[in-house]
Amino acid sequence: MSTYGLQDSTVAIHGGRSLDSHASSILFPLYQTSTFVHDAVGVDKGFSYSRVSNPTVDALEKAIGALEQTPPAICFRTGMAAITTLLLSVLKAGDHAVISDVVYGGTMRLFREVLGNLGITASFVDTSDAANVEAAITPATRIVLIETPGNPTLKLTDIEAISRITKQHSVLLAVDNTFLTPILQRPLDLGADISILSTTKYIDGHNATVGGSIATRDEKLLERIRMIRKTLGTTQAPFEAWLTLQGIKTLPVRLRLHCEGASLIARWLEKHPAVEYVYYPGLDSFPQKALAERQQRAPGAIISFELKAGKEAAIRALNNVKLCSRAESLGGLETLITHPSSTTHADVDPELRCRLGISDSLIRLSVGLEAPEDIIADLEQAFAAAASGAGLEEVTHEIR
Amino acid sequence: MKFASRLVCFDPAPGDRFRPMSTPIYQTATFEQEQTDSCGEYEYSRSGNPTRAVLEKHLAALENGTRGFCFSSGMAAIATVTKLLRCGDEILADSDLYGGTCRLFSKVIDRGGIIAHYADARSPEQFESRVTPRTRLIFAESPTNPLMRVIDLRKMAAIAHAHDALLCVDNSAMSPYLQNPLDLGADIVLHSATKFLCGHHDVTAGAIVVKDEALAEQICFAQNAEGSALSPFDSFLLLRGIKTLKLRVDCQQRTAQSIARFLASHQGIKQVYYPGLSESSDYELQRSQARGPGSVLSFTTDSVEVSKAIAECARFFHIAVSFGGVNSSIGLPGTMSHASVPSELQAARNLPPDLVRISVGIEDEEDLIADLDQAIHRAISIQ
Repeated sequence: MSTYGLQDSTVAIHGGRSLDSHASSILFPLYQTSTFVHDAVGVDKGFSYSRVSNPTVDALEKAIGALEQTPPAICFRTGMAAITTLLLSVLKAGDHAVISDVVYGGTMRLFREVLGNLGITASFVDTSDAANVEAAITPATRIVLIETPGNPTLKLTDIEAISRITKQHSVLLAVDNTFLTPILQRPLDLGADISILSTTKYIDGHNATVGGSIATRDEKLLERIRMIRKTLGTTQAPFEAWLTLQGIKTLPVRLRLHCEGASLIARWLEKHPAVEYVYYPGLDSFPQKALAERQQRAPGAIISFELKAGKEAAIRALNNVKLCSRAESLGGLETLITHPSSTTHADVDPELRCRLGISDSLIRLSVGLEAPEDIIADLEQAFAAAASGAGLEEVTHEIR
Repeated sequence: MKFASRLVCFDPAPGDRFRPMSTPIYQTATFEQEQTDSCGEYEYSRSGNPTRAVLEKHLAALENGTRGFCFSSGMAAIATVTKLLRCGDEILADSDLYGGTCRLFSKVIDRGGIIAHYADARSPEQFESRVTPRTRLIFAESPTNPLMRVIDLRKMAAIAHAHDALLCVDNSAMSPYLQNPLDLGADIVLHSATKFLCGHHDVTAGAIVVKDEALAEQICFAQNAEGSALSPFDSFLLLRGIKTLKLRVDCQQRTAQSIARFLASHQGIKQVYYPGLSESSDYELQRSQARGPGSVLSFTTDSVEVSKAIAECARFFHIAVSFGGVNSSIGLPGTMSHASVPSELQAARNLPPDLVRISVGIEDEEDLIADLDQAIHRAISIQ
C-alpha cells in the first residue's frame, strides 16, 4: 500500500505489507525453503532460489523500504554483510573511501583485514568537521561512509553538510543509521545516497535476530548491490526476516519509550557525584545539541558516561550491575551495559581510542524498556559497590 | 508410486503463487476475510492453518486414509479420540499399553463416566468375551510397548465391528511405512508423531488418520473446539522429518535386527522381546500384518540392578523416554515410561521389573553393539 502521508506507527505496521494472496493470512508466511519450482524452463514466479531472493525476505525489504521512503531495501544476514556487500559493490582495486573515525570497529577491521588486501584504501577522519571530509577526498574516492551519532561517544556528523561535499565531488554518501533508524533520522532526506541499518538493533528490537539492510533511491545502485549480494550469498535468512518483520511493528512505540527512559537516566547520571561526564545528545551540556535538534527527531537511547574514579571503578561498576546485562549489541528491550575500551573497541589502536575520546573509564549504556527507576536503582547500587572496591576482575573478551 | 516416492512427492504448497519446494510456515493466528458474512478457506489457526493442512493431507495419504488431523502431542491425539465417546460408554483396551494412555483412561476420562477395561488382546476369544453392549471403542498398540507383543489387528477389527464398536490402533511403534492399520480394518489410526514420523527429537506432536467422513467430521470438530491442534512451526518441522522416514526406519530396523540377534546369543541376557527374531512366537503374525519388526526392542537380565547398570554404562544409548529418533535410547519402562500405569494394572500386566527397552537410532551398527557389549560386561562385573 502507499504509505505517503501516514504516521510512522502506521507505516511500521502496514507499510510495504501485502496480504499473502493464497490464504489471506494476516501475517506474511515464512517461506523456509531453499528453492522454487519453475512453471517451465526459464519461467518462474519471481523466485527461484533463496540466496537470490525469497518471498519472506522480500516482504521485509518492502517493509523497511516503506520506513525509509525508498524502493524495497536489500536485506543481509548481518550488518557487516550489508556494509561489506555495499563496499564491494562500489569499490574496486585502486579506489578509496572516506570513513568516520568513530565507525564501528568491525568496519575498520574489514578495511584492515579484507579490503586492504584487494587494493582498496580508506581514510578514517573526524567527520564531525566537514572540512576533514573535503580534505580527505581524492580523485580515487568513490564513497564516504559516516555513522551519526558515532559509537560510543555519540559525536554527531552533519549529514547535510557532508552531502553538499559528496555531491560536488560526485562521490556516494552512505550513512549508518543504526542508532536512530529512519523513525528518528532520515539520512536520505538530508542528502545521503544510502542508508545502512544493522537490523539486529532497534529494527528487530528483541535481541532475537542478526541482520542488516541497505536502502537507496538510486535504482541502478540497488540493482548492482542485489547482484553482488547474490554473488557473495550474503542474503538474509527467511526466519530472521520473518522475526524482524514482527519486530518492526512496534519500532516507533519502542523508540518513544527507549528515548523517554534514556533522557531520564542521562539527566540522573549528569547529577550523580560519581560521574565525571555524560555524552547524550538530549542534554543541554551536549556540545552538538543544536545539530542534534536539527537533524534528529529525538536524541536516541544510547548514553555514554565516564566515572570520576577511572578505569578500575568503571570495571567494578560493570561487574556489579544486577538488572542491566553486561553484553555487547544495543537497541533491544533489555538494558545492556558495556565497557567499550575492552570490548567493542578493544581492536582499535589505543592511541586512536584516546583521540576518539574512548577513555578506559567510559561506559556505554543501551537503555532498554525496563522502568527507568529500576535501571537508575541498579546503576546506583553498582556505583556504590564499585566505590567500596567490589568486583575487580579485568573484563577481557574479544571484539565480535 | 512406491512408499519412498510418496514420502517426498506431494504438493508442498497447494495454490501458492511462488511454488516453493518446501511448505511455507504460516506463523499467523488469523486470516483476513474478504466479506463479513463468509470466510475463506482459513479463518483462525486453531481451526485451520495452511501449513498444518499440508501435513494433515500428507499423513492421511501415507496411512491410506482420507482425512488427517495433527495435534500438539500424541496424548492430545488420543484424548481427542476419547471425545467420540460419551458418559456410560466403555473402552476395551489391550492390557500392554503406553503408561500415559492408561493414565488418561483411568484418571481423566473416568471423570466423564467413561470406563476403560483391559484384557490381553493376544487371546482374541478371551478379549472378545470382555466386550459389553456399552463397548464403543477398542484400543490397541501393535507391537505393544514395551513387551513387543504382536496383536492380530485384523481379528481386533472383526471383533470391534461385530459389536458395533470402533477400532483405534496406536501405530507409533511402526509408522505408516511399516504398518497401515486402516488397511487391516481399523477405523482410526493414531501416532505419537514425536517418534518415527518426526525422528529428530525436535517436535512433540500427535496425529489421527481416518477414512470415514462422518468420523472425520467429529474429530475435526473436537480439534477445533478443544484447541489441541499442532502449531505451524511444529507442522513444518514434522513435514521435514517425514521426508526421510523410510531412510531412517530402514537403517534403524536393520541395526535393530543385528542387535536383537546379538542380545539373544549373549549369555548375560535372559530374554529378548522382538518380533523380528525368527524364534519369536509373534514372528509370523508380525510378517502377516506389517512390513517389518521395527527398531524398538526389550530384554531382561534376571536382575534389576544389572538392568539399571546396563542403562547407566551404555554410552551411545541415552537414558531417555520416547523412541523412534535418530539417537539410540535406553530405559527401564517399569520406572520410566510406564511408571504412570496404575499399580494394580502393572501387576496384572506382569511387566518384568528388570525389563530394559532400547530404541535403536541411526548410529553405526558396530558402535552400538560394541557399546551394549561393554555395558553388559561392566554391569555384570559391578554386581
